[in-house]
Amino acid sequence: MRRLFRHQVGGRIGLVAVGIMIAFSFLGPLLYHTDQIHTAIQSATLPPSPRHLLGTDEVGYDVLGRLMVGGQTSLEVGIAAALIATTFGMLWGAIAGFAGGLLDAAMMRVVDGLVAIPALFLLVVLGTIITPTVPILILVVAAISWLVPARLIRAETLSLRTREFVEAVRVMGGGDARIVLRHILPNVVGTVVVNATFQVADAILAVAALSFLGLGVPPPAANWGSMLSSGVDFTYAGYWWLIYPAGVAIVITVVAFNLVGDALRESLDVRLRI
Amino acid sequence: MTFYVVRRILQSVVVVLVVVVVVFALTRFLPGGPARAIMGPRATKIQVQNFEKTYGLDQPIPVQFVDYLAGLGRADLGSSYKRNQTVTKLIGEYLPVTLVLMGISTALAVVIAIPIGMLQAWRRNTAVDHGFTGILFVFYSMPVFWLGLILITVFSSNLGWLPSGGPQGGLRTYGSQLSTLILPVTTLALVTIALFSRYLRSAMIESLVQDYVRTARAKGASMRRVMFRHVLPNSLLSAITLLGLSIPYIFSGALIVEELFNYPGMGLLFWNAAESRDYPVVIGVALIVALATVVGNLLADLAYAIADPRIRYIGR
Repeated sequence: MRRLFRHQVGGRIGLVAVGIMIAFSFLGPLLYHTDQIHTAIQSATLPPSPRHLLGTDEVGYDVLGRLMVGGQTSLEVGIAAALIATTFGMLWGAIAGFAGGLLDAAMMRVVDGLVAIPALFLLVVLGTIITPTVPILILVVAAISWLVPARLIRAETLSLRTREFVEAVRVMGGGDARIVLRHILPNVVGTVVVNATFQVADAILAVAALSFLGLGVPPPAANWGSMLSSGVDFTYAGYWWLIYPAGVAIVITVVAFNLVGDALRESLDVRLRI
Repeated sequence: MTFYVVRRILQSVVVVLVVVVVVFALTRFLPGGPARAIMGPRATKIQVQNFEKTYGLDQPIPVQFVDYLAGLGRADLGSSYKRNQTVTKLIGEYLPVTLVLMGISTALAVVIAIPIGMLQAWRRNTAVDHGFTGILFVFYSMPVFWLGLILITVFSSNLGWLPSGGPQGGLRTYGSQLSTLILPVTTLALVTIALFSRYLRSAMIESLVQDYVRTARAKGASMRRVMFRHVLPNSLLSAITLLGLSIPYIFSGALIVEELFNYPGMGLLFWNAAESRDYPVVIGVALIVALATVVGNLLADLAYAIADPRIRYIGR
C-alpha cells in the first residue's frame, strides 16, 4: 500500500482521512459518551457548549455523538453496498463478456435499460415500496450501483478472452467457469478495486439523498444524510450546528474515498502515466 | 454508416422496452397491489374491487402489460390515480418547467467548465490546476441538497438577497420572477460543472499529448494557438458525449433541487406521485426521463460517429 501511494500526496491524504473518519465513528463513542437512544426535548437545539461540544438537535440528541453514530451507518451502508454492487457487477460483466453473442446482448441491454433510468428515480420507487432498514438500504443502494462495474468488467473481459493465456487454459482442458474465475477475474482486479472505492463515495451520497427525500432509516437510527435533512427545517432559525457538521462529515468522507480511488487508478492503470 | 445508425437505433428501442418492463414490474408486484397501497388497509373489499376495475387492475398482469404497451403506441400513458388528469397531460405541463431549469444550468455548466478544463490542462500540475481540482472536488463530493441548503442559508436567510423558493405559476410568468430561478439554477449548475470539468481536464490532457499537438508546436504554433485551434475542437467531441451521458445525473440533480426549492417541475411531480403511490404518473415520468437518456446517448453516439469516422468501423 505504501509503495502504491509513494508519489501520490492526494491518495495518502485520502487514506488518512478515511482512517480518521472510521476511527471517529467507531472508536469515538468509546471516548465521548452520549445518549443516542432517548430523546430529551427539554434540551433541544442548544447551541454548542462545553457540555455539548456541537450543541443538540431538535429532539435533544448531542450532535457530536450523533455524528459518530450516524457515521457508523453511513460508512457501513456505503462500504457494504459498494462491496455487493462491485461483486455482482463484476460477475455479471465477466459472464456477459465471456459468453458473447445473444446472452451478452441480452445481459447488456438489461444494464443499458437500468442505466437509462436515473439512479435517484429508481431509488425513490424502491424506497416508497419498501420500508428501509439498514440491510434493506444496503441492498437498495447496491441494486442501482452494480451497473457501472458490470460495463467496465465486460469491456475488459472482451479483450482478455482472446489473449493467449486463455487459449492456453482451454488447450489444457480448463472449462469456462475455471477460465472466468481463475484467469479473467484476477486480471480485472485493478479495475474492480478502483471502481469499488468510487462506489463507496457514491453510495454515501446516495444514502444522503435518500434520507433527504425521507427514505432513510427511521429514528433512533441516524445517518449523516438524515441529520442534514432535519437541518433543512432550521435554515431560518440560525442553528448552524444542525446544518454544517453532518455536511462537512459527508464531504470529507466522500472526498477521501474519491482521492484514494484517483490515486489507485493512477497507480494501477499504466496508460494514464504519460 | 447506415448499418451503424440502424443498429444503434434498434439497440435503443430494446433498451426502452427493458425500462418499461422494469418500472412496470416494480409498481405491479407491490405487497397487496396498488389498490391496497393507495386506499389503505381500511378500504372495503368492494371499494378495492371497484378501484381495480376502473384502472384495469383486475386483469392478469401480462394483459395489463400488453394494454399499457398498446397505450404507449397511442402516446397514452394512462390516467393519474390521484388527479383527474391523464399522465401525458401532466407531463406536458411539468416537463417544460424542468427543461428550463436543466437547460439553463447545463448551458451555464458547459460554458464555465470548458474554459476551466482548458486552463487546467494547459497549466497542469501547477498551483492553478491543483486549486481548481480541489475546489471542484469538493463540489463533486457534496450532497446536492446540502449545497442548495448552504446557498439558501447564505443568500436567502442571512443576506436576504434572493428568495428561497422556486418560481410559482405558469411558465410565461417566469420572466417576471427571474430572481427565484437564480438559486435553483446555481445549485444544479455548480454540481454539473464539477461533474464536467473532471472529465474535460483529462480529455484535454489526453489531446495535449497527441502527435498533432507536437507537430503544431514543432511548426512554431504558439501554445495559445494550439489550445484554441487544436485541443479545444478535439475535446468538444468528448464534451458532446459527456452531455449525452450526463442526462440521467442531471435529472437526478434536478429531482433534488426541485424538492429543496419547491420548484414545480417533473422531479417534484415524480416525488409527489411516488409518495402518494400514484403509479401511472411514476411510470410515465420514469419512462420519459429514460427516453430522454436513451435519445441523448443515441444522439451523442451519432454526433461522435459523424465527427470521427473511425467510430463507425469499431462499432461493427
